[in-house]
Amino acid sequence: MTATARVETLVEPELDLELDAVWRNRPGFIGWLTTTDHKSIAKRYVATAFIFFLLAGVEAATMRAQLSRPENGILGPDRYNQFFTMHGTTMMFLFAVPVMIGVGLYLVPLLVGARNVAFPRANAMGYWVYLIGGVLIYGGFFVNSGPDAGWFAYTPLSGPEFSPGKRVDIWAQMITFTEIAALIAAVIIITTAFRMRSPGMSLNRIPIMVWASVVMSFMIIFAMPSVATASLFLAMDRLISTHFFNAAEGGDALLWQHLFWFFGHPEVYIMFLPGTGIISSLLPSFTRRSVFGYPALVLSIIATGFIAFGLWVHHMFATPLPQLGQSFFTAASALVAIPNGIQIFCWIATIWTGRPIFRTPLLFAIGSIIIFVMGGMTGVMIASVPFDLQVHDTYFIVAHFHYVILGGVVFPLFAGMYYWFPKVTGRMLSETAGKWNFWLMFIGVHATFFPMHQLGMEGMPRRVYTYLEGTGWGDLNLVASLGALVIFSSVVVFLGNVIHSLRHGAIAGANPWDAESLEWATTSPAPSYNFANTPVVSGRAPLWESGDELPVMTGLARDRQQVLLTTVLDAEPDSRHDHPGHTIWPFIVALTIGIFFITLIFSPWGLPIGTVLGFIAYARYIWPKKSHEPAIVELPRSVPAAEVPK
Amino acid sequence: MILQAPRYTQQSMVDPAGTKAALVDHFWHFLITTASIVTAIVFIALLIALFKRHRPVEPEEPAVQRSLTRWVSASVAVTLVIIVVFLFTDFRLGRAIATVPNRTPLRVNVIGHQWWWEFQYPDSVPNNWISTANELHIPVGRPVVLNMSSPDVIHSFWVPNLSGKKDLIPGHQTETWIEADSAGVYRGQCAEFCGLQHAKMAMLVIAEPEAKFDQWVLASRATATEPADSTAKAGGQVFLTAGCSVCHAIAGTAAGATVGPNLTHFGSRHSIAAATLPNNRGNLGGWILDPQRIKPGAQMPPNGLDPDQLNAILAYLEGLK
Repeated sequence: MTATARVETLVEPELDLELDAVWRNRPGFIGWLTTTDHKSIAKRYVATAFIFFLLAGVEAATMRAQLSRPENGILGPDRYNQFFTMHGTTMMFLFAVPVMIGVGLYLVPLLVGARNVAFPRANAMGYWVYLIGGVLIYGGFFVNSGPDAGWFAYTPLSGPEFSPGKRVDIWAQMITFTEIAALIAAVIIITTAFRMRSPGMSLNRIPIMVWASVVMSFMIIFAMPSVATASLFLAMDRLISTHFFNAAEGGDALLWQHLFWFFGHPEVYIMFLPGTGIISSLLPSFTRRSVFGYPALVLSIIATGFIAFGLWVHHMFATPLPQLGQSFFTAASALVAIPNGIQIFCWIATIWTGRPIFRTPLLFAIGSIIIFVMGGMTGVMIASVPFDLQVHDTYFIVAHFHYVILGGVVFPLFAGMYYWFPKVTGRMLSETAGKWNFWLMFIGVHATFFPMHQLGMEGMPRRVYTYLEGTGWGDLNLVASLGALVIFSSVVVFLGNVIHSLRHGAIAGANPWDAESLEWATTSPAPSYNFANTPVVSGRAPLWESGDELPVMTGLARDRQQVLLTTVLDAEPDSRHDHPGHTIWPFIVALTIGIFFITLIFSPWGLPIGTVLGFIAYARYIWPKKSHEPAIVELPRSVPAAEVPK
Repeated sequence: MILQAPRYTQQSMVDPAGTKAALVDHFWHFLITTASIVTAIVFIALLIALFKRHRPVEPEEPAVQRSLTRWVSASVAVTLVIIVVFLFTDFRLGRAIATVPNRTPLRVNVIGHQWWWEFQYPDSVPNNWISTANELHIPVGRPVVLNMSSPDVIHSFWVPNLSGKKDLIPGHQTETWIEADSAGVYRGQCAEFCGLQHAKMAMLVIAEPEAKFDQWVLASRATATEPADSTAKAGGQVFLTAGCSVCHAIAGTAAGATVGPNLTHFGSRHSIAAATLPNNRGNLGGWILDPQRIKPGAQMPPNGLDPDQLNAILAYLEGLK
């Protein structure tokens, strides 16, 4: 088999022992806390995010049960408001963004042929910060202190006067945690993608999944500071009586909406672009051809990233804004359909000239396209101010964005799960269960969310814990609730599939799909050091182009964690860089950050205590190691890649 | 005063009863037709791509590449044309619904409270100023400009059969207009999440012919009807002594608070608790005794009235026509 032959060039038994001794995690619980291996951390991101996905799913199912009949009594208004706030908050902040970050952190180094991500300690710290934030908000929720002002937390409802107690404080601090984690991951992904690519992987050969992760990361860097500012202002309004959003004292309630949606709309594309990256990267395996229109796809992703920052006011059409200004946002909201359309047309063209193989990942990819196109249609409709003023804040919008997010995020994610599960675990997921999973979810999504278009047009607003009998909304709500059960059962099938396949799945081998990209050029699961020797690439589909032998580059140290840095544009070997290895300090720094923000909810003493502890921990974290060699060794530029001196 | 049952319309944006809603409904037909055609074409293309006979083609061959590039470019061009047509139609419609028709409009102040609607009909003579709750009376065929504000949190005014939304934002004065083209009762509901009872913050817009509306205005300007019998008279006393007057006003009596809805002509209203329940004796009694059972979190506290007091106050309130 050619795939095996290729892998053999990258795995050498004696080299394996030597490198594994340097790169592998320490044994036991300590090893669990100290790892800086991107694969371990990324798996945790995905697993943690998936647990939050299940929790948010249970919340959704409970809400659907409450809404299945008019004037139902399963959830009262106080509980219902906590449930819908937690559902939105969890799905946006604790599931969609972290799971895409996790996928990016896992795949980017493997796709570019690197041994680890850049800044591996910061990577570990980011995960711990995210985990602390998630545990904090669910801790609050389980003791009936879950936030209840909506995931968008509009002031003044979320302000000190109308939301007394600690519920919204916990929410605001949780936002801060996830911001820190996302920003760290964004810097890591960008640096890894720009400086750690295999020799020969020039910008025009970067896999589309990596481009999508890079654009996602840039968007995080531009969008997150806005919500950071907003949540900090809100926390200050609540904790030390500043008046940023208090109209009575010269503040402005609308300021919150601008700051929040300047982040909140790009957030949609932060989740969605990696989804498109997933589809572009698995289509070649199931159509047996490289994806059509690489430049168009990359430029579409970048264009979407830019336009995404010009849409936020379409969440605010019912607020007092001048009409000319609104028109710009209408135009931008409609025009974002163009780059997204280009991606869809390129995918169809790829399938058209390929030979489709109907495995579960392809089914989910097709489902994704179908659902996303339907969500995109309503998306263009609600770019219109007059139309949006009717359907804004109704179930029509609930239908629209669930179509977009399920089509653009969840379906690609499940496609990716089925596609990369063998790489991560070494075993295949069951195809039969996969097909059940797909069809149940596909049918469930339409049954749940299609009737909601109609409900919205019949006047049912969002975020209502109940509705009166006379409104006539009962039947469609019942259909939607039954649909939610179908989705729920599809997720149960998926869970069962994962649990069963982890032990009993067919052994995958290095490249079970006969795929084109570098992550399949190493064993499944990948060894702790990813690649024994750095692959050298000369095209966009290295495994399809290289024949039987994938050229490699040697010359990295074997006695310490050393990575190769290459140049940004052409990926020429530039220098070698020593990584610090596994350490407990990122975990401890994350703990001090946790102490800082959580104590601050209850007492201003959190500020001095957290600062001092954080300073001590961080000083220890960055304390230079005694070393006889500089951490970065410049490489002479003129040396060909394959002959880098040792 | 309307005593006969009015024509209730189902709350819906696709059953327009006013100028603005009709324009948007018309636009919706354009949107759904275009979207259906585009979706159908994309799906058919996708299905053909998946299930056509796949002859062994060499995808990287220049002829194949050129043909695909042409098809994708043409699709993008068509999409762009559709978007541009959409934008121009939309901009024209946007200007049309933003412009108040050039006739003397009626002006009403709309104030959103947690969780009820206050409607004020301003007048240059202070005594003629009308304040009512949860029922907005408007004349048919005359534009009504709504000046909106909120003293607590953000609410959003929405009566789908008549018009789209406008937010009521603390610290901002906002404005929209509505016009009903046929008489009827149109239900509307707060559309911006505003706390515990956002779900039960509804209103009825009662559109009547101009003459009937004028009668309603005259009747509403009057102070409260004197209690008809001794039970009702006793009820008036209960109202003043049992705590009701801490929040509610009844013109012509000592009760003048503005925290809760003005009850001067309460007996003529169709519904109670912000269009949550029909205004009848049973519902009203239940509401007065324990509002928290019907609207948990509402600002009105439970009232421990004995049966005689309750009977009296019900008689009194029902008489406030």
